[in-house]
Amino acid sequence: MANSTDILAEYSDKEYEFGFVTDIEMEVAPKGLSEETIHYISAKKEEPDWLREWRLKGYHAFLKQPEPHWQNFELPKVDFQDISYYAAPKSKPKYNSLDEVDPELIATFEKLGIPLSEQKLLAGVAVDAIFDSVSVATTFKETLKEHGVIFCPISEAVKEHPELVRKYLGSVVPHSDNMYAALNAAAFSDGSFVYIPKGVRCPMELSTYFRINTQNTGQFERTLIIADEGSYVSYLEGCTAPKRDENQLHAAVVELIALENAEIKYSTVQNWYPGDKDGNGGIYNFVTKRGVCRGAHAKISWTQVETGSAITWKYPSVILQGDYSSGEFYSVAVTKNRQVADTGTKMFHIGKGTKSRIISKGISAGEGQNSYRGLVQVGSKADNARNFTQCDSLLIGDRCGAHTFPYIESKNKTATVEHEATTSKIGEDQIFYLNQRGIDTEKAVALIVNGYAKEVLNQLPMEFAVEAQKLLSISLEGSVG
Amino acid sequence: MLQIKDLQAKVEDKQILKGINLQVNPGEVHAIMGPNGSGKSSLASVLAGREYFDVNGGEVLFDGKNLLELSPEDRAREGIFLAFQYPVEIPGVSNINFLRTALNEIRAYRNEPALEAKEFLKMTREKQKLVEFEAKLTNRSLNEGFSGGEKKRNEVFQLAMLEPKLAILDETDSGLDIDALRIVSNGVNKLRSDKNAFIVITHYQRLLEYIVPDFVHVLYDGRIVKSGTKELALELEERGYDWIKEPVSTETVN
Repeated sequence: MANSTDILAEYSDKEYEFGFVTDIEMEVAPKGLSEETIHYISAKKEEPDWLREWRLKGYHAFLKQPEPHWQNFELPKVDFQDISYYAAPKSKPKYNSLDEVDPELIATFEKLGIPLSEQKLLAGVAVDAIFDSVSVATTFKETLKEHGVIFCPISEAVKEHPELVRKYLGSVVPHSDNMYAALNAAAFSDGSFVYIPKGVRCPMELSTYFRINTQNTGQFERTLIIADEGSYVSYLEGCTAPKRDENQLHAAVVELIALENAEIKYSTVQNWYPGDKDGNGGIYNFVTKRGVCRGAHAKISWTQVETGSAITWKYPSVILQGDYSSGEFYSVAVTKNRQVADTGTKMFHIGKGTKSRIISKGISAGEGQNSYRGLVQVGSKADNARNFTQCDSLLIGDRCGAHTFPYIESKNKTATVEHEATTSKIGEDQIFYLNQRGIDTEKAVALIVNGYAKEVLNQLPMEFAVEAQKLLSISLEGSVG
Repeated sequence: MLQIKDLQAKVEDKQILKGINLQVNPGEVHAIMGPNGSGKSSLASVLAGREYFDVNGGEVLFDGKNLLELSPEDRAREGIFLAFQYPVEIPGVSNINFLRTALNEIRAYRNEPALEAKEFLKMTREKQKLVEFEAKLTNRSLNEGFSGGEKKRNEVFQLAMLEPKLAILDETDSGLDIDALRIVSNGVNKLRSDKNAFIVITHYQRLLEYIVPDFVHVLYDGRIVKSGTKELALELEERGYDWIKEPVSTETVN
C-alpha cells in the first residue's frame, strides 16, 4: 500500500514540471497591436520593406476577419490589446556561438532537457531554440551547411535568403487565411526556416524548441519548411511554458512545401502549460499548420502528440496538388481536468492518384473535452484518390467527452474514402487484470494508453517516441480514481 | 500459507460468501467444485482483491499477513496469482512488454533488481517451452484476437513467468478442447513444487484427472459443505451435486 501511495504522491507533485520562470532581463514591446506595433517589430528585426508591407496586409486582414464560431467549445474572449507582441532577452540579440548566450538561458534549456551544447549531443539532433520571440541558438549549423541544408531562425533567413523566403512565405497559409493566421502574419516574431536542396536527405533530425517565458506576451512564431525535389527532412517541435494564472495566446503558423518526390515528416510534441485542475490559466494554442505537396509523388506526414494547453485548436492539413502525392496525419490528443482539444486535419485531394491516411486517437479524462474534426475533400480531377480515416476515442472516467466531426466532400466518382471510428472506455476489468499481475493502477493506465496510442507513437523518431510515452503517462497521472 | 477463516462477502445486498474456512499449505493442490452460482469464482475474486465485492466478515492470512488489507497489486506481489476465467484483451500492449512490466514490478516490491533484457528473454524462451506456449503469441498484443484456448494458455504462461506462491485457477478448463486441456494441465503439473500451492476451481472432474488434487472441496451456497480427497470428485461426477445440497455439517480437512 505504502508503495502505491508514494507513487501517487510523487506524481501529484509532478503535475507540470516545466512551470518555472526564467529570471532574465527582457525587452518587451508595449502592449497592444496597431500599425505602430508592426513598424516597431519590423524595425527591431531590421526587416526589408516588402516584409513590413506583408505584415501590414496581415494586420488589416486581421481587423476584417470575423471570429470563428463553428468550433466545439466556447471561444474565450481574448483581449488582443492586452498582449505584448514582442519580447526578447535584452542581451545581444544575435549569437555567433553558444558562448555568447546568456547562461541563464542555457540553464533554462538544460532544465527543459534540450541539449544546446553540441558536444553533449548524442542523438544527432539539430536544435533551434525559440525563447519568447527570438531564436537563441541553432546547433549543428556547420554540419548542415556541408549538405547545403539551411536551418536557421526565419528572421535570419529573411536577411540571408530573401529570395526563398519571399517566394514561399504565405504561399500555403496566406496572410488573410483566418483570424489567427492573419494575426500571425502581422506580428510573427521568429520561428524556424528550413530549406533542403534538391536530392538531399537531411543528415539529422531537425528540431525546434519553443518556450514562452515572459508574462502577458503571446507567442507568434512562424515556421517555413521547403523540401526541394527529391529531398527528405524530418522535423520535430516541442513546447513548454511557465505556470501562470492568466491565459497566454500562442498563434503560430507552419507552412510546409514539398516539391516533386520530396518528403517532409513533421512531428510535434506539444506540452504547453494546460492550466490548473480548475481550469485557471494555460495556453490557448490556436495554430494554423498546412503543407502542400506541390509536385508529383511528394509526401507530407504530420504526427502530433498533444498533451498540453488549456485549449488546442488546430488542423494540420495537406494540399495534395501533385499527382500521386500523399498526406498523412497521426494524432494523439489528451485532455484532462478542464482541457479542450478541437483538432484534426484537412486533406485536399487535387491531383490524380493522391492518397491520404488519417489516424486520430483522442484520450479524454477528468472533465476534458476532445473533438476530432476532419475534412477529406476530393476534387473533380483527383481520379482514383484514396483516403483512409480511423478515429478512435478513449474515455477515462464519466465526466469527460469525446466528439467526432468528420466531413467528406467528393467530386470524383473514382475516389475511395473510408472512415472508421470507435469509442472505448478503459475498463475496470482491464485495470484489475493488470493489478492482479502486480502492476499498480497508475502504471496500468499508462500501459493501456500507450498501447492505444502505439500506432501514432510509432511514427515519431525513436528518441522522441520515448519522451512522448513518458509524457502521456505523466499527463494522465491521477486521472483514474 | 493461506488461511481463510469464516470469510464472508457480499455484492450490494446479496450475501455471496457465507463463512468460508480453508487452509492451504505449500505443496498442496486444492480443488474447489460446486454447482453454478455457489460462489466459486467469487471466492477467487475476493482473494485477488476485486473491489466489486464487499468483505463483511472473517479474515484471510497469507504467509501470516492480513491479505484483506492489501491492494490487488500488492497481493499479486506477495505471490498470489489468479488465472482468470475470462482473460481481458488489451490492444496495443504486447504480451512481452506486459510481462516484463509485471515481473519487474513484482521484483521491485521484493527489493530485487529489474531483470536485464537478456536474462528476461532467456527466461521467456524457457517458460514458453515448458508450458508449450507458441512464441508468436508472445509478441502479439495481450490476448487481442486470441482464441479461447490461446487465452487460457497465456494465463498458464504468465503463471510460469511470474512464479507465484499460490495460484488460483478459475475454471481454466472451461472452453478448452481435449488437446488444449492436456497442454494446460501439463503446464500446471510442471510448475507444481513443494514450495507453491494451487487452488483449482472447476465444474468438472475431467480436469482433475490431469491435475490431481490433494483435497477436494464442494462449495454450495457460499459455504464449503463437504471436503475430501480426489475420490470425492469422482463421486460428484457420478452422483451430481443434488445430494450435497442437503444440509451437511461443515467439515474441513485440515
